[in-house]
Amino acid sequence: MAQAIAAPSDSTELVPAAGDHGHAHHATNTGVSNAKLGMWVFLSSEALFFGAFISTYFLYRGRDEEVGNPGPRPREVYDIAFTSVTSFVLLMSSLTMVLALAAIQRGDHRRLRIWLLATAFFGMVFIGGQVFEFTEFYREGLSLHTNLFGSTFFTLTGLHGAHVTMGIIWLLVLWGRSMQGRLHTEHAEAIEISGLYWHFVDVVWIVIFTAIYLVPQN
Amino acid sequence: MTTVEEAVTQAPVERARIVGRPTSSTGFWSWFTTVDHKKIAIMYGTTAIFFFLVGGVEALLIRIQLASPNNSFLDANQYNQMFTMHGTTMVFLMGMPIAAAFGNYFLPLMVGARDVAFPRLNMLGYWIFLFGGIFLYSSFLLGGAPNGGWVNYAPINSTPMADGFLPGRGPDFWAVGIIMLGIGSVATAVNFIVTALNMRAPGMTLMRMPVFVWMMLVVAFLTLFAMPPVTAALIQVYIDRNFDGNFFNAAMGGEPILYQHLFWIFGHPEVYILILPGMGIVSEILPVFSRKPLFGYAVVVFSGIAIGFLGWGVWAHHMFTSGIGPVAVAAFGLSTMLIAVPTGVKIFNWLGTVWGGAVRLRTPMLFALGFIAQFTIGGLSGVMHAIVPADTQQHDTYFVVAHFHYVLFGGLVFALFGGFYYWWPKIFGRMMNEKLGKVQFWLLVIGFNLTFFPMHFLGLEGQPRRTYTYDEGLQWEGLNQLATLGSFTIALAFLVFLVNAFMSRYSPPAPSDPWDGRTIEWMTPSPPPEYNFAQVPVIEHRDEFWHRKYTEDDEGRLLRLPAGAAVDTEEHEHLEADGHGIHMPSPSYWPFVFALALPILGYGFVFKNWYILAAGVVVGFFGLVAWALEPATAEDEGDDSGAGPGGGHLASAAVEGGARSRPIVDEGVH
Repeated sequence: MAQAIAAPSDSTELVPAAGDHGHAHHATNTGVSNAKLGMWVFLSSEALFFGAFISTYFLYRGRDEEVGNPGPRPREVYDIAFTSVTSFVLLMSSLTMVLALAAIQRGDHRRLRIWLLATAFFGMVFIGGQVFEFTEFYREGLSLHTNLFGSTFFTLTGLHGAHVTMGIIWLLVLWGRSMQGRLHTEHAEAIEISGLYWHFVDVVWIVIFTAIYLVPQN
Repeated sequence: MTTVEEAVTQAPVERARIVGRPTSSTGFWSWFTTVDHKKIAIMYGTTAIFFFLVGGVEALLIRIQLASPNNSFLDANQYNQMFTMHGTTMVFLMGMPIAAAFGNYFLPLMVGARDVAFPRLNMLGYWIFLFGGIFLYSSFLLGGAPNGGWVNYAPINSTPMADGFLPGRGPDFWAVGIIMLGIGSVATAVNFIVTALNMRAPGMTLMRMPVFVWMMLVVAFLTLFAMPPVTAALIQVYIDRNFDGNFFNAAMGGEPILYQHLFWIFGHPEVYILILPGMGIVSEILPVFSRKPLFGYAVVVFSGIAIGFLGWGVWAHHMFTSGIGPVAVAAFGLSTMLIAVPTGVKIFNWLGTVWGGAVRLRTPMLFALGFIAQFTIGGLSGVMHAIVPADTQQHDTYFVVAHFHYVLFGGLVFALFGGFYYWWPKIFGRMMNEKLGKVQFWLLVIGFNLTFFPMHFLGLEGQPRRTYTYDEGLQWEGLNQLATLGSFTIALAFLVFLVNAFMSRYSPPAPSDPWDGRTIEWMTPSPPPEYNFAQVPVIEHRDEFWHRKYTEDDEGRLLRLPAGAAVDTEEHEHLEADGHGIHMPSPSYWPFVFALALPILGYGFVFKNWYILAAGVVVGFFGLVAWALEPATAEDEGDDSGAGPGGGHLASAAVEGGARSRPIVDEGVH
């Protein structure tokens, strides 16, 4: 028995939003598309992942001094002005991400591509800054092994950097997709969902930056 | 019906791409690319039972070693590997995956969905589980299996290999392997949550969901939040071991107890991750074989949710002897007593369900009743651990071993066997043999109690766990021999199960509703077609199927409605009213490819080899990007957006112009 054959026009209707992995012709029970709900759920898990590392950082904060571990101490290696600039660049990438979403919702695909690239570029500037910072710290004698600060600092910021890198790859895939003309206005939700991830990674950085660099310690 | 469909199946017109899209939904290779939740469930179940056997053999080796004092059957290191891998296997490679198997098969069926929310992500979860299991077991050939206990405590497991605390690379394999399995578990958890919250049939409100679905939803949330802390802890262990980090290095001010906290923040919810699916299965079986609705449905559901919440507040009862201080100990002792309340409530609900029912003692029912009795014993010894002085005495003795085996074996495993007997006809379209089933049940009851009940006494007499032998003259010989005898009885029971499973292929085909079931999975044919429901049912009641079969007369007596009034037939003419046909996701290679990258990366991390790591990154990157660029369904070619590895949407499987049509084939394993 043959199945009903979908009319060709269906195939576009079925993907009103690329991220919408549910029955596009039924509303989902919650009204939120599957992909978006899935991303929110996943991010809640990620929050605990970073939470564990941030807690570890706080537990060991300042302890090197107490137990007389070898240096360098945070204040000796930090260049807060430099890190503030790269952090600012990362935060600005959230703005360009919003602009990218607004562009695709308007159907302005040229600007969508510009803002996607800008977001990825800002992300790369941040990662470049982090690579520079890591190299600099290492040259000044700080490694995973040196002291508790070294172990906790490199692990926490390194894992955050890995998340930003994943985000950059994702944005570039979306950009490539758009260049091929395979990312249409009805796929705006794909941009929105990548944006959710991107904003999350930015927000986590605000917490990490505050916790590591700004809260005063000896 | 199938032949016509297969005849029109051809390779779709493909755009130029590196690798074409898999098309077949039958045959050996289709198992590598399928996204059908039912096939994935069968793969989960089969693989998990294999690991169950392996873990069981490890347990038998442990029992042989302990059968006599000062035995030299295993040396200390081999023994350490056995108990570590036994625990690891039973928790991560048996308990969680079997729950994923039942969840995969029945969560979509019970909520009236055609598949899970993200079919490709679902496939990824399975491959990560399989590869993670192989990765962990490959350690036996690569310098020794993990040998530091299933908790992988620091600092013994986090001290660099050069310091020689533990021989071999076992702790590295454990840390990397469990991180890997955790990624798969979180993927599956996201899938289950979205499926249960978003893809219910019309009318299926949350409070009409079957209890099994509810419990799987709670389990998914627990998994979602429990895996990250242990992942963090294991990354820290890995860094300590391989880069001389200081997270748990007391000489540099690191705190080994941090590991215990992070581990048990995962580890205690993990206990509920393991047991709640069993509670869900039992809550399905008891009403069917008592021919009564579940007593206090809402209370059972809310108790499950309460366990889910309270489960986060009891972790430190695993650490009463670690010196966390009297206030913390008192608080966690109290919270542990508190969590016994919703668990006890459930037990009374189950008893209330059976009470006064028209009980039929078929095999699934026997296992469900066995679950209640034995789980209650395990629960009682659990509450004993909330009493801090008693716990301090029992810590790390066989009393604890007895306790958690009563919960996880007497509880979970009995529920799982009940689930197998209950749903076997639905999954494979054949009944299991009732006589063999009963033989297995009684063998298992006898073997289980013979093995684990004596351990209560051994523990109270002070026999320590995780110690490979004991001296003569401690008067532990008799009880240990009894336990060893029991463990082989368990093995015999397991053998009977395997024979029964294998022989079921020769039994006559099962009807679609062999037990006079209550929930909507029994409305589908046995086994269900790929699309589950020809017409998605509209749900008006809890126990919808029951209400479609029975009504009550004026005096409250059951009246059977005319037969066949409600049963979903295989007539495909009744397709959805909107005429779009049934939309199913297409198979894909990429979950397999992406999952393949993880063990490669794993070996790279364990052996700190940059070439292997680079190879893993390349494979993973390739798999991920190809996945992102592949539309979830074949005909969406050019329309998908690469929303990242988020899985597929259920869209039309039929193709423009009829160039290709997916075969609808009944896909039992027979």
